[in-house]
Amino acid sequence: MKILYFAWVRERVGKPEEELDLPAGVRTVAELMGWLAGRGEEYAHAFENPKVIRAAIDRTHVRPDAALAGAREIAFFPPMTGG
Amino acid sequence: MRVRLQREDFDVAAEVARLTRGRTDVGAVATFTGICRGSEAGGEIAAMTLEHYPGMAEAEIMRHVEEAQARWPLLGVTVIHRYGRLVPGDNIVLVATAAAHRQEAFAAAEFLMDYLKTRAPFWKREERAEGGAWVAAKEADDAALERWARPARPAAAE
Repeated sequence: MKILYFAWVRERVGKPEEELDLPAGVRTVAELMGWLAGRGEEYAHAFENPKVIRAAIDRTHVRPDAALAGAREIAFFPPMTGG
Repeated sequence: MRVRLQREDFDVAAEVARLTRGRTDVGAVATFTGICRGSEAGGEIAAMTLEHYPGMAEAEIMRHVEEAQARWPLLGVTVIHRYGRLVPGDNIVLVATAAAHRQEAFAAAEFLMDYLKTRAPFWKREERAEGGAWVAAKEADDAALERWARPARPAAAE
């Protein structure tokens, strides 16, 4: 699955995107954040406060309880500050 | 409707002309231009870099333009959002809405800006003398968005 990171989430993880095989037990956005946080120090730092991180599945905003089934692209980013 | 994301500057007058050229049904065009400020909370800002999520940013803005068109009888909408490095005084964003009457044009432009602020995937990073920092989202922007939560009836139906 393709995972993208933006803004300070990208800076903390240290890369803009990556392709990852997710374990079967990871079914929701929140579970994915928890799993990513355990992948190393930089991920733990990026996902230390999952409440402030927003997510999108296939370029649509989703909530943490959204299911990952069928998703091609998942993005994690801080609250948006455009306009 | 036109939605564009670009590094380059835009010309507000040219964009307004594009909305009205060759038609006589447009009675109002409202434009909002967001501009990079040189100071924020007492500190000077040397520059600002706007990061965006290509693909999603266009799609998200397009969805909200469609939502605006469903709420108000609009005759044209243009949204241009810049990305990359901007310095104080530079244009950041343009929202231009055309309608028969001003109320719809004003309301739709405000609605689109409130959505752009909190839902369009853009992130601002400021460069200051003491270093760079990502801009934090403002609660006031979320509050501004909430007032649109109740669907507005199109003015034409009243």
